[in-house]
Amino acid sequence: MTTRRLVISRSAALVGAASTGLLLPSIVRAQSGKVRVGFMLPYTGTFAQLGVAIENGVRLAIDQQGGKLGGREIEWFKVDDESEPSKGVENASKLVQRDKVDVLIGTVHSGVQMGIQKVARDTGVLNLIPNAGVHAATRALCAPNVFRTSFSNSQPTLALGKAMVEKGHKKAVWITWKYAAGDEAFEGFKESYTKAGGTIVKELGLPFPNVEFQALLTEIAALKPDAVACFFAGGGAAKFIKDYAAAGLKDKIPLYGSGFLTEGVLDAAGPAADGIITTMHYSDSLDTPRNKQFRLEYAKAFRSQPDVYAVQGYDTGLLLVHGANAVKGDLSAKPAVIKAMESAVIDSPRGKWTMSKSHNPVQDIYLRRVENKENKVIGVAAKALADSGAGCRMG
Amino acid sequence: MDFATFLIQLLNSVQYGLLLFMLAAGLTLIFGIMGVVNLAHGSFYMLGAYLGYSLSGQFGSLTLAILGGAALAVVFGLVLEWLLFRHFYHRDHLDQVLLTFGLIYIFEELRSILWGDDVHGVAIPKLLDWSIPLTDTLSYPVYRLFISGVCIALAVALYLLISKTRLGMKIRAGAFNRDMAESLGVNIKLIHAIVFALGVGLAAVAGMVAAPVSSVYPNMGSSVLIMCFVVVVIGGIGSVRGALIAALLVGFVDTFGKVLLPQVAGMLVYMLMAAVLLWKPEGLFKQ
Repeated sequence: MTTRRLVISRSAALVGAASTGLLLPSIVRAQSGKVRVGFMLPYTGTFAQLGVAIENGVRLAIDQQGGKLGGREIEWFKVDDESEPSKGVENASKLVQRDKVDVLIGTVHSGVQMGIQKVARDTGVLNLIPNAGVHAATRALCAPNVFRTSFSNSQPTLALGKAMVEKGHKKAVWITWKYAAGDEAFEGFKESYTKAGGTIVKELGLPFPNVEFQALLTEIAALKPDAVACFFAGGGAAKFIKDYAAAGLKDKIPLYGSGFLTEGVLDAAGPAADGIITTMHYSDSLDTPRNKQFRLEYAKAFRSQPDVYAVQGYDTGLLLVHGANAVKGDLSAKPAVIKAMESAVIDSPRGKWTMSKSHNPVQDIYLRRVENKENKVIGVAAKALADSGAGCRMG
Repeated sequence: MDFATFLIQLLNSVQYGLLLFMLAAGLTLIFGIMGVVNLAHGSFYMLGAYLGYSLSGQFGSLTLAILGGAALAVVFGLVLEWLLFRHFYHRDHLDQVLLTFGLIYIFEELRSILWGDDVHGVAIPKLLDWSIPLTDTLSYPVYRLFISGVCIALAVALYLLISKTRLGMKIRAGAFNRDMAESLGVNIKLIHAIVFALGVGLAAVAGMVAAPVSSVYPNMGSSVLIMCFVVVVIGGIGSVRGALIAALLVGFVDTFGKVLLPQVAGMLVYMLMAAVLLWKPEGLFKQ
């Protein structure tokens, strides 16, 4: 059994290495001409819109470079990962081994990312993560060839706690879904809130994606904390916001959260969301020339308004352009590409940011308040905030 | 926990328990009377919720949606019974499990084609969209009382149907001794169709009334199904009375667990089940 596994994993590594050019003289790859870029994103299911926004963003960044990477033509490959973790390794292998992509861009779902992470570590293929915030990707399982352009799950909440204490909320209740993203968001909140002198009165949780909040809202009403902090996202977030207001808590106990609470759900939540304060690495309403220019160009190109996911895709494109330019499009010159990306300063619509040692953005986190279905920026909650990268050891 | 909080959480747990009962009653009836293990029962709950979502959008009224949806679901149940289930009454439980497990996938795919994969909210009817204030921060939403009311009404109706009517007598006779009942002139085939449709109807109505408080989302049936099996196993397979007691017990443990021990809340219900099975391996009210 052991030897068979050894044979399989070694040959997988061999095939992977061959496909990414490690075993070929770079001149052979260079002659093949085109840069092979693979998208592994959700194009169906709950996250389909996120996948499309990310791909649009990547394409916009590259189109602004004349549609080429380091002066070379691009050949695109696409795999729908269906947000299905059990197919993560298989789908990533398709791109790496069948399509022989030079770079794999993906994905949204943290569980699927763990599959990509395995393939990226086994084969050494360049992987740019445009969304999935799972800690392990840039902590315990970090790799020189894996870069994240979005956020780590605890990054937004790492800025939240301090902002809440500064507003005079000394006693807070934390509430979230009990799953990896919720736990990781809590880690950030706990650190910053207690460090700033706040006390977490109670930590409430319910299984993902359960949306029966009533019992927990009753408990919050009985505890009467100064404020509530939470992590929810998507349809469940809209439901939580509405239930929070319906329970009569909205005007009595202010609601704070990781920015995903109010991303993309403000139409669904309606007036119940007014006044919610969140922390996030971007806001549609960010009042900078760079953001305005980006929003205009995106709207022109795709006839729709960009969101945070489009920005993350756009930044992934910018990072790729940066890496490719350094080697004139020859992405097989991996050490040079990685070095260029590590030292890149990305001039993003969210503001300039750089890569941390563990390949996660060091970025500003904004404080936003919901007003009339918009996340209005009311300040910067943290300047140049980095994820700890705890446990990351790159060879 | 002060008294007002306790009272509200008690109401919450009763409401959740009654909802579970509506589902578990159908599950346990179908098993107890026809011997069919129906893993697709949760899918009927999901279909009910999606029907409620569509119909309340169409009619603009949840009451009409519930009545129309219940009728649709019952017809759907009759067709399904005629097409598929009746061929499986005499088959092995393993065959039934495979059939109904396959049905879960078919229903999920149908749901995906018809309604997509988004999460939907269903509005609470205006008439019921208010709360009863108890203290300065605590209040109880009237819609949840409505859910409990619907469940209690249906539970009473179910009790009367089974214990007081001629049809109920036949159902009980069929469950007790199928061959004897049949030779006495009871149309067992018809009885089975009725019981099955009744189970589907109960699950669908549960999904519809729960839709405004639980939202409508893909795979919502599977988590509820697991809870239903827990209820049926605790209550004793085939016992409707057992299902009621067990559902209230599970509602209580789940609700208070979430609040008092949020770290382990997900496990508490299963620990309850394990404890009950240690004490009474056949469930609380094995018939």
